[in-house]
Amino acid sequence: MKDYAYFPGCSLEKLAISYHTSALETSKKLGARLMELDDWNCCGSTTYFHIDELLAYTLSARNLAIAEKTGLDLVAPCSACYKNMYFTAAHLKKDPELAEHINYALEEDDLHFSGNIRIRHLLEMYAQDIGPEEIKTAVTHPLDGVQIAPYYGCQILRPRKDHESVEQPHYFEDLISAIGATPIDYPLKTRCCGGSLIISSRTAALSMVRNLLHTAVERQADVIATACPMCQINLECYQQSVNQEFNTNFSVPIMYFTQLVGVALGIPSKKLGIGKEFISVMPVLASE
Amino acid sequence: MTETYTFNFMKEVSSLLHAADGNPFPMCVQCGSCSGSCPVAAYMDYTPRQIIAMVNAGLKDQVLNSNTFWYCASCYQCSVRCPQGISITELMYALQRYSIWKSRYQEGLIGPSFSEAFAKTIVNAGRTFEPILAPSYIFRFKLREFFLEVQNATELMLKGRLPLLPPRIKRLDNFKRMIRKIIPIGGLA
Repeated sequence: MKDYAYFPGCSLEKLAISYHTSALETSKKLGARLMELDDWNCCGSTTYFHIDELLAYTLSARNLAIAEKTGLDLVAPCSACYKNMYFTAAHLKKDPELAEHINYALEEDDLHFSGNIRIRHLLEMYAQDIGPEEIKTAVTHPLDGVQIAPYYGCQILRPRKDHESVEQPHYFEDLISAIGATPIDYPLKTRCCGGSLIISSRTAALSMVRNLLHTAVERQADVIATACPMCQINLECYQQSVNQEFNTNFSVPIMYFTQLVGVALGIPSKKLGIGKEFISVMPVLASE
Repeated sequence: MTETYTFNFMKEVSSLLHAADGNPFPMCVQCGSCSGSCPVAAYMDYTPRQIIAMVNAGLKDQVLNSNTFWYCASCYQCSVRCPQGISITELMYALQRYSIWKSRYQEGLIGPSFSEAFAKTIVNAGRTFEPILAPSYIFRFKLREFFLEVQNATELMLKGRLPLLPPRIKRLDNFKRMIRKIIPIGGLA
């Protein structure tokens, strides 16, 4: 198993600390070390592109240049960070003038980005690089009978990178099957959670979250598995707001996929950051 | 009709799409795949399809006064489905940028001040810090939303999920010099 350069991103420092700890623990158990980038900066999120496109590329390019020095593949657990870094690398590779301009700025931090790096999302690392077969053999506590909604969200899939399926991906389901659980057929699996609209356009975002919760309940999911801190926060921390806004009574456990894999690998819940959530995940763990 | 027709608006917006090269929104065939795919369209003043037509027709004032591009969630569903290969999401970014530069946006929107607060935090510290962003939006919430937000923040704090001290990168001086090379006037900092 190989090591990865790891870009946690701002959310994983606190808001999504459980994603961070479970990612480190679960990866270690699978024999892959996540080596945190030295002195990384914010990726700019989706918000930065509103202000200045060139600066947005520069912010990501600094992290890419730091990662490139390690010679390892770079992995990001947050879909927004992943999308920003992936497409910054792609644009800089395609546009040498842009790369030159940005490298001129990177000189101030003794950095240079030459475009030789492979960028992965943490879910891709698990479901594709390590692969369901390998994970299956490591499972000691299969999640028999647990029905999981595989929630991909947006920016892990889109924009399209190559010729991959962005409408009907299946690798998350394969990962869920590998840990002994049952992936439900979740038609909204690639539908947006609202992202930062939860701040800037609250009503719109809450209705998007409501739809996601409603369909998961209708399809009898015990838990929604997430692969992005924004999805997790909107579905989990704003579930109560949805209930107030729409007079509903949702109480759907939301867990990072790394926590679910970790449980199946027999890692103690505390090491997976379980217990910090707004909606208890104990019903999920009890049914296992 | 009092709307000023400015054909140049389309060209101005095109020129804002620096690295998203070849974004052919003037080639839009008005099929509506974008609007049909958009999860937020119901909340927008004009749908994505309408906004593209309005940009192409030069309806600058109507476009800038709409909430449409501030309601884009950046989910890229429209972009992967457009048969003409238009990145509608990038177009929405360009309109947001244009609107911030010209300081022209619909009254009461949270998006513009939130974006600016976010950008300032990154430029000054290299990292985001959620609590410092709150003043850019929380006072515009209705009372009930305000209390729910405070309640959420309290629960996050109790669970050890709220940062109390603003994080900063180590090589902040280098970082700021790097930024000044990209934005020489440093208007944001």
